[in-house]
Amino acid sequence: MGTYVYEVMANVGEAITRNKQMLTDLDAAIGDGDHGINMARGFEAVHSKMQAMEAEIDIGKVMKTVGMTLISSVGGAAGPLYGTAFLRAAGPSQQKTQVDVETAGLMLGAAITGIKERGKAIRGEKTMLDALEPAYDAFMEGAKDGKSLIACLEVACEAAQQGVEYTKTIVATKGRASYLGERSRGHQDPGATSSYIMLKALLEFLRR
Amino acid sequence: MKKVINVPEQVVEEMLQGMVLAHSQYIKRIEGFDVLIRANKPEKGKVALVSGGGSGHEPSHAGFVGRGMLDGAIAGAVFTSPTPDQVYEAVKAVDNGKGVLLIIKNYSGDVMNFEMAIEMATADGITVDKVIVNDDVAVENSTWTIGRRGIAGTVLVHKITGAKAETGADLPEVKRVAEKVINNVRSMGMSLDSCTVPAAGKPSFVLAENEIEIGMGIHGEPGTHREVLRTADEITDHLVEKILADMALTSGQEVALLINGLGATPLMELYIVNRKVAAILKEKGIQIAKTYIGNYMTSLEMAGFSISILKLDSELKELLLAAADTPALVQF
Repeated sequence: MGTYVYEVMANVGEAITRNKQMLTDLDAAIGDGDHGINMARGFEAVHSKMQAMEAEIDIGKVMKTVGMTLISSVGGAAGPLYGTAFLRAAGPSQQKTQVDVETAGLMLGAAITGIKERGKAIRGEKTMLDALEPAYDAFMEGAKDGKSLIACLEVACEAAQQGVEYTKTIVATKGRASYLGERSRGHQDPGATSSYIMLKALLEFLRR
Repeated sequence: MKKVINVPEQVVEEMLQGMVLAHSQYIKRIEGFDVLIRANKPEKGKVALVSGGGSGHEPSHAGFVGRGMLDGAIAGAVFTSPTPDQVYEAVKAVDNGKGVLLIIKNYSGDVMNFEMAIEMATADGITVDKVIVNDDVAVENSTWTIGRRGIAGTVLVHKITGAKAETGADLPEVKRVAEKVINNVRSMGMSLDSCTVPAAGKPSFVLAENEIEIGMGIHGEPGTHREVLRTADEITDHLVEKILADMALTSGQEVALLINGLGATPLMELYIVNRKVAAILKEKGIQIAKTYIGNYMTSLEMAGFSISILKLDSELKELLLAAADTPALVQF
């Protein structure tokens, strides 16, 4: 199972690297044009760390390492936010070698709470929360209906994708895009997009 | 992209190496980190000042490490806030028992990374406090944004706060002075042409041949609006008007001026701007106690400039005129 966690993270990292240019272009339109570059650098660092942890079966430990690595290698706003998210996700997954629907829900919930606290943001401000919160709600709805982990992630991804679309319709009030006011409308939020990419990469891996 | 670099991934590393070699009498590097501190730690106890941010703003911030200004500076990736572990190393290295004040420019990323470093250092028992510079009047300050951006006015915060720290004042006193500068400094900039982040390989934005961006941020973030290029006097008029609209300046008031180049603007043009700024202020009976002109807070090779005006009182004036000896600012 150890290689399993490692592979999940590798897959998420590959998805980020694949979309490096797109994320950077989205950021250039309403921010400072480095989101893809920073995230790719972070996940390259995660990749090197993961190779040393290939045999690690404690998912919590892996989450913690991913969090610390992102914090110390991404920079910008995304580093503290995603780093905090993974650190918080380490809580519910501590000493776990498998993740069921309940644990995954707890991990996602803890991650989102961490992002909200660190970024002092709420949904509707054109940030990653606009993808993550609807995803979480959909995930928990699915969990309540007794859906499988993959099925829960499927509805979560759909909701995240809609959340990304929604960010095009609103004005940014948090993050660097907030300085643009009305000019930020019409643009897709890079943070929401990278959140969606990560969730989707997770789902795609589990489907295989 | 046409740049004098080797590989985009190494620009910060190689710049830091060159910087230390050029200015070894002032600065040294903490091994293994992108942190530059004073070559000689002050002997007498003083509050240590640390600033930093993304690279690409040189000489900010490491160029201002030295007597009378900063004790340490952290260089992040180009236009990207440094990470908490780097800031934490800087804080540990410069602390000499009287506490550390972090001077942060107001960007979500910078604030979050520096705050995480404060949490780490505080856990170690180091006294750390922070001030957040938000001098850019171009962007709206309302409850709906994270507030104004920090731009070139930050250099004046370094200068004056640095002079205060040098007197041996305690941390609350040094912080009070820093906040006084922040409350009294206003800036605004404009851009003629974009810049290219090395790792991105293409310009952050594109302006048409005859187009300028008013209120441009120092990372190529869009400003308030784009317009057709006008004369230096007209552009300066507009920027000064926006700045003064946000300051309560009356006739007889003394100010400090910073006419800052963004990287590709020749001094010739900055002097032309300065001539107009001085004329506007003179007409209003405002006296200029000191003018700084040149590249202080750049945006790689961006063409354009910013104007910063600092309202002085006797305390700020005395500290502004005090000696400083750093790679990028020397005054006696």
